[in-house]
Amino acid sequence: MIWLLGLSLVVMLAAAFAVLLLRDLLAAIAAASVVSLALSVLFVILRAPDVALAEAAVGTGLSGVLLAYTVHRLGAAGRYDP
Amino acid sequence: MRGRDLAALLFLAGLGALLASVMAELGFGNPPLRAGGPILEQSPSQVGAANIVTSVVLAYRGMDTLVELTILFTAATAAGMVLGQGTRAGRSQSPAGFILSTAADALFPFLLVLGAYIILHGHLTPGGGFQGGTILAVAFFLPLLAQPNAGIDERITTWVEGSAGAAFLLIALAGLAGDGFMAPFPGGELGELLSAGSLPVLYLALGLKVGAELAGLMGRLLTEDEA
Amino acid sequence: MTSHSDLLGIMFYGAAVALLLIGLYTMLTRRHLIRVLLGLTLVEAGVNLALVAAGFRPEAAAPILGPGAAPAMVDPVPQALILTAIVIGVGILAFALSLVVRIHRTYGSVDLQVIGERLASDPDGTGSEIRRRAP
Repeated sequence: MIWLLGLSLVVMLAAAFAVLLLRDLLAAIAAASVVSLALSVLFVILRAPDVALAEAAVGTGLSGVLLAYTVHRLGAAGRYDP
Repeated sequence: MRGRDLAALLFLAGLGALLASVMAELGFGNPPLRAGGPILEQSPSQVGAANIVTSVVLAYRGMDTLVELTILFTAATAAGMVLGQGTRAGRSQSPAGFILSTAADALFPFLLVLGAYIILHGHLTPGGGFQGGTILAVAFFLPLLAQPNAGIDERITTWVEGSAGAAFLLIALAGLAGDGFMAPFPGGELGELLSAGSLPVLYLALGLKVGAELAGLMGRLLTEDEA
Repeated sequence: MTSHSDLLGIMFYGAAVALLLIGLYTMLTRRHLIRVLLGLTLVEAGVNLALVAAGFRPEAAAPILGPGAAPAMVDPVPQALILTAIVIGVGILAFALSLVVRIHRTYGSVDLQVIGERLASDPDGTGSEIRRRAP
């Protein structure tokens, strides 16, 4: 169990850094979804299955779709961050 | 910009030190359980739901859930007001490829069943209205992604959202006849599908409301026009 | 046993504080509006993790009753509160995204610096001057 915990923590923090540093906005949104996914695994380890379900459904699915669709609507201006 | 980055780093270092000292004071692995302890002991007899988190969300902290419904409703309404009147913006929407269309058609019934199952069993297993409602919203949004020109029927989503929210409020008000506002009704055996009194009905109304709200919001985001 | 629990505490709380700080740094130093919103979601994720970790008891079970005697369980109250907080977070995100779309429609950019400059030259705040001047 401890390896799963360590792996999830490493993936979550690496993805959080990726949100900060990636220049392509769609890639940053994908990294934010990875953060939510690792966070839901951490919630399961913390014995909180309800919260893990909510985080997986809302953070990974709904947030990612909303953000990606808005970036698509913004067109060229929204895609890259100089 | 370097100055601002440096100032941000200094501020965050200070904030990090403050938070670390708070966490050290909080301790880990030994929560005082001042409210949780009595709830864990008395919930099976008082509320009768196998999922104790559900009993906390709907019975012991029911007012929080009511306010949270209001917040969601306000956010969805405000988003609709900011976006303005939606037009069927078909000109910039190209129909999705073969994979997305086929996958959306194939996944729709499964997502519906999964969402309904999670909502209805919210008082027995992990899950409930919020999780299941989100899955229902996604189930109705996938075909919209595959076929953007179809659009989501705003009348149906607002009708479902309004009546589900009203049903939630009515059941909460009906608790006034018993122990007080939002008191759960007794009934059923622990662990059965028909148990925990009014909790499954409350979660059903909640799930439908959240699902309709999110589906309507996403549909509006899809069809708003570009000036 | 105590040191094991301390190590777990450092890992969970440390990750939560790290998420919070990374998200705050993103919100403070980046200019793209969508990236600022991504930072906000990171901050909320950090706070949710910290609060759920605060209710954890090692060797305890999830707060779901099964057949048989009830074992020792973790604190259910933070879990219920964080459940609400997660859904509120997505509500806020949806509203903020609608604001971003509207800003882009009015000012033609999602870069905070460019928007600031165009705001300065906008007398009544509705972007009419911008639209009149730009093709």
